[in-house]
Amino acid sequence: MNSQIFHPFVLPFVLGMAFVLTYCVVGLLRVIGQLSKDDRKKFWRSLVTPKTAWANIRDIVGDCLFHVKIWKRNPVLGYMHTAIAFGWFMIIVIGHIMLFTLKPLEGVDVEGFPRMFTNFYYPIFFKYFAEETPVFAFLMDFFLLMIISGILIAVVKKIHSKIVGVKRIMHFGFADNMIRFALWTIFPFRLIAEKTNIMAFWWLYSIDLFVFMFMLPFTRYMHIPTEALFILLRHAGLKPREPRKGYALAQIYSCPSCGLCIDACPMSVNDKNSGNTSAYFMKRLRNGDKEESQRIAETCMQCGKCVAVCPVSIESCDIKMSQREAVPYAINSDHSYLDAYESNETSNASVLYFAGCMTQLTPKIMRAMKQIMEAAGEKYEFMDKDGGVCCGRPMLLSGKTVEAQAMMAKNTELIKKSGAKRLVLSCPICYKVFKEEYQLEGIEILHHTQYIDELIKQGKLKVDKNGTNYVYHDPCELGRAFGVYDEPREVIESIGNLRKAKSEKELSICCGGSLGSFKLTQQERDEITANSVNDLMYNNPDEIVTACPLCLKTFARKAPVAVKDIAEVVATNLI
Amino acid sequence: MDFGFCLSPSSHVKMDNVDLTTFNRLKETNPDINTCIACGSCTATCTAGHFTEMSFRRLLLMLQRGKEDEAKKMIQRCMLCGKCTLVCSRGINIRKILLDITR
Ligand code: SF4
Ligand code: SF4
Ligand code: SF4
Ligand code: SF4
Repeated sequence: MNSQIFHPFVLPFVLGMAFVLTYCVVGLLRVIGQLSKDDRKKFWRSLVTPKTAWANIRDIVGDCLFHVKIWKRNPVLGYMHTAIAFGWFMIIVIGHIMLFTLKPLEGVDVEGFPRMFTNFYYPIFFKYFAEETPVFAFLMDFFLLMIISGILIAVVKKIHSKIVGVKRIMHFGFADNMIRFALWTIFPFRLIAEKTNIMAFWWLYSIDLFVFMFMLPFTRYMHIPTEALFILLRHAGLKPREPRKGYALAQIYSCPSCGLCIDACPMSVNDKNSGNTSAYFMKRLRNGDKEESQRIAETCMQCGKCVAVCPVSIESCDIKMSQREAVPYAINSDHSYLDAYESNETSNASVLYFAGCMTQLTPKIMRAMKQIMEAAGEKYEFMDKDGGVCCGRPMLLSGKTVEAQAMMAKNTELIKKSGAKRLVLSCPICYKVFKEEYQLEGIEILHHTQYIDELIKQGKLKVDKNGTNYVYHDPCELGRAFGVYDEPREVIESIGNLRKAKSEKELSICCGGSLGSFKLTQQERDEITANSVNDLMYNNPDEIVTACPLCLKTFARKAPVAVKDIAEVVATNLI
Repeated sequence: MDFGFCLSPSSHVKMDNVDLTTFNRLKETNPDINTCIACGSCTATCTAGHFTEMSFRRLLLMLQRGKEDEAKKMIQRCMLCGKCTLVCSRGINIRKILLDITR
């Protein structure tokens, strides 16, 4: 303890802190200012709604301090983050609590140096200026060592990432490397300074803090202050509207470039394509690299796996969509020819089946559906027997939202006119758009996996049990998008044995055929397919079963065993 | 031979004064365009082709012959559904080409 209340070495810290606080306040105002009027209203309202307010507190503590989501994926990385974030948080909190234990120093002119000012840096350099009571001293040392243990793991991860179970890590530029070095050394310096009281280390500690805080806004570490704001905005139920403004901007700064989505992304099978993953997309956006971020946005398959694994829940797929929507096109679609199209069928069917474009290309699924509905004695109608109108999702995926409207309006009209109360779809691509974009009040929308599962459970369909070993592939737009995981599995288990794939459910790997990507070449898609098939063949199944006509067509190119749609499997095993 | 009149309008295209800007621009970003063998699979499955004269095979031909206005009119019919891409016998990324033409 030194009997003084100020020493020049606190200045770097004070400057850095003042800078970063100002930057954050300006950034906060900017993000909120860029929200649309409705979004802003939603945001304010969410802050005072008890349910979202509680979710805010829960997630800010759970995600920002304890990194629950990283723990679930990788406990070592989870510990690393918790040790650093929670440990740091605690020494700041304890530092402030210790202010209350301060006694006025004898012989020091406290009046001339307001307490308010000293309180700014006292918690950070406490040991230099005042005595710590034994309990606090122990807690401070404990958390300081906890942080340093976390940093040790970070150093190991940097040198050899495979030890902590990460294959690909991101490569960073000068600024990111420098701030990381500052972060790694802050706490060892503090420990040495506190234990030895050598002036040089107090200076180094303070300068490190300055470097860290001064560079924070220009590096990935900006995620530390931004993530809390992002959680609030997310719980308000906003959607990114522009790729670099408002809500999207908060997301861009919340991505810590952890790189977990690189290993997860199916495109990464080819190392060359790992630069197309969300981690790099977010980085390009932050750097304002328009051309590259546009290219990546149009390459991504929109399979959603990066979002599923993201520990921060960055909605990178939505941001990519907003980027696609921002492209101006010279030629607009004209689908007015659809006005003249009327289906001549008038029926009193209760179930309407819409095959969609992709199922039109795999007529065996249509035949199987017909067989199943006949066997179940359903009153059904095929909406697009002789070729129908596209559901509109492929057009939406290109970012041309307005131009998809004519198709959607036509389909809505046809469905409503049919009088059916249930709409069954065998294509998850259609299922997603019908569920999310169509206004079909009073009509139940079902995917055929759900429908068949229901028919079997109601006893309307009887199936034969055989000894075939099946593996089920979760289509992205059915599984990750809607969580339909159990129904197809139950259907398959009623017929044969269900073997597990290596990656399942929310970790399932896109088949590679996705309509979400515009830029992937056939060859690149084939690599993705081969990898996905490998993953499915993990337990040597006799047949691959999927629930999407596009997956079916894609897998058929590469699979060593038969690939079938779930409807086919059921139809051939009917009693 | 030119008699000064004819029974049907000439379908003759003078390749010398054809404007190939769009086609050349496309070729640069989509070199696979050159591998089309005009098999017509894309046309046979086309969703929009069910209602209109939309045909990707013909669209390419029009662009190659500089009939840009006709091509522009035709492409407005496309629903971007992607069936053509899935059936293309040469694995051409037709859906991307269709999108690029409208840029
Ligand atoms: S959506 Fe799928 S393809 Fe696109 S970046 Fe994410 S994981 Fe990769
Ligand atoms: S998008 Fe998510 S998973 Fe990917 S680098 Fe950013 S935080 Fe990590
Ligand atoms: S994407 Fe366009 S051209 Fe291709 S099949 Fe669909 S409607 Fe026809
Ligand atoms: S299917 Fe492919 S190869 Fe055949 S005409 Fe169409 S674009 Fe050309």
